[in-house]
Amino acid sequence: MTFAARRLLAAIPTLFGVTLIVFFMVRMLPGDPARLLAGLNASEDEVNHIRVQLGLTRPLPVQYEVFIANLVRGNLGTSTVTQAPVTYEVGVRLPATALLATTASVLSIALGVGSGILVSTRQYTGTDYLITVLALAGVSIPVFWLGLMLMITFAVALHVLPAGGDAGPRSLILPSIALAAFSLAIIERQTRSSMLETLRQDYVRTARAKGLAERVVIYRHALRNSLIPVVTVIGLQSATLLGGAILTERTFSWPGIGTLLVNAIQSRDYPIIQGVVLLFSLTFVIVNLIVDILYGYIDPRIKYG
Amino acid sequence: MVTSTPALSTVEHRVEREFHHPLAIIARLSRNKIAVAGFVILVVMTLSAALAGVIMPYNPNAADFNAVLHTPTFAHPFGTDQLGRDLLSRVVYGGRISLLIGVVAVGIAAGVGVPVGLVSGFYGGTVDLLIQRVMDVMLAFPGFLLALTLISLLGVGLTNVIVSVGISSVPVYVRLIRGVTLSTRELTYVESARAVGMPDWRIMLRHVLPNTAAPIIVQSSLQVGLAILTAAGLGFLGLGVRPPTPEWGTMLGEAVNYLLSSWYIATFPGLAIFLAIMAFNLLGDGIRDAFDPRMKVL
Repeated sequence: MTFAARRLLAAIPTLFGVTLIVFFMVRMLPGDPARLLAGLNASEDEVNHIRVQLGLTRPLPVQYEVFIANLVRGNLGTSTVTQAPVTYEVGVRLPATALLATTASVLSIALGVGSGILVSTRQYTGTDYLITVLALAGVSIPVFWLGLMLMITFAVALHVLPAGGDAGPRSLILPSIALAAFSLAIIERQTRSSMLETLRQDYVRTARAKGLAERVVIYRHALRNSLIPVVTVIGLQSATLLGGAILTERTFSWPGIGTLLVNAIQSRDYPIIQGVVLLFSLTFVIVNLIVDILYGYIDPRIKYG
Repeated sequence: MVTSTPALSTVEHRVEREFHHPLAIIARLSRNKIAVAGFVILVVMTLSAALAGVIMPYNPNAADFNAVLHTPTFAHPFGTDQLGRDLLSRVVYGGRISLLIGVVAVGIAAGVGVPVGLVSGFYGGTVDLLIQRVMDVMLAFPGFLLALTLISLLGVGLTNVIVSVGISSVPVYVRLIRGVTLSTRELTYVESARAVGMPDWRIMLRHVLPNTAAPIIVQSSLQVGLAILTAAGLGFLGLGVRPPTPEWGTMLGEAVNYLLSSWYIATFPGLAIFLAIMAFNLLGDGIRDAFDPRMKVL
């Protein structure tokens, strides 16, 4: 079996566990799950309809089977607030969240790896100290507070960028900077220490000794061998990014699924909570899978390890 | 993640055999100026939170409708909020709540995670497999989402915030302790303890647990900062400690509505969170370097 296929199989128990938790979510709460899923204002008929539809009078394994069958068909129930299907509510907000999260990831990976390489070749210089202090601030600053401070500075005081909402590319700038900051700092730290370690290896000295250009030594010889821990950290950072997106969206009134989730928790809209939580975990599991498979390409030894 | 299989015969060479006297570690830590700075920030924060009743002239919950949204002045160095409450008092009193949440939540996480990790690593086999699959599932809820999901089930309030943040940090400890246990259980002295018929629980407590002390201390100092951050995030979303209790995240969440007119009410509570987390990070990095200077980030 190939490396990728084995990793894919290993993700199945995790996904199974995630669906179990989301399944038990409403069934663990005190009260009638049918009423929780129908909403507080639903009529007796609607509650009964849901009870029959989800098989809530039948044993738990059967209920789980129904849950999975619905899930596979993309049926996650309807929002108790808007009465629209969960897939619709999530679907219309998904592009906004995807845009924000992707922009922030690209920003944090590009600037994080870039600045990490830069300072690793300039250890103990002014640039190195400056970036190190900035990275320390980056890993300590709460994403929502950074967002508010950026908003006060650039939107309220300077009037150069919009304070919130989603109105064109300009409104993407502040939220993606706020969301990227923490991951950027973590990736920079990892790249720096990983590069510094590789640059001390014998084969790097050999490469320099045989007269290769410094650029080739750094990018061809050192960088590739420094990448494994960096890729690991990038994979782990996708969790921070997804979680941080919820807070960032709230800060900037960004119309994504993070805002949807927070509103759903406040109005006890359980079908929506289930749908969003499921989507977030699924995304994270897939990202980690991709990272695992990437290892094999970066370092061929891992495939056979 | 790349799972590493423990190489049983070579494990002894990889394990750190040196003994570090606690005083030597503290001495090394005290020479690290950056770590000492973190420690000093924490001491000042803890003392001012503890003595808030003595050093603060205002009651943090006393509304004064004659002084609503006042810019910082000598009487109110951080300004006042939408109800005319003194922000400096609220930030200082808020330290009680945030530091309490951080420390107790990490206590819960370590209290659950350490024994589970010990058992998982020591026995291996089916027990280990089961525990690790459960951890995989918990870790599949990315970062902040696990605490958020738990709070959506438990409901808001101080106790539930502590429990949610605590439970969401359990996997970190389980993984960490399991790793150390895996390498320790193959050592000769554990083998001889087993040979003389020492019961498993005693081997775990006497011979394995002490090896986990250093990683637990290092991880916990970093983890308290993270717990404060998570709790503040919940508060910011309006899903944390209930108002009017002064909690930094909750204060920020309320401040959002007054951002256009009053920059200071969003600035100072956030600055407090930032400083607290940074102090724990500095101290944690310093403790890690003091335990094992070779691990120092170059």
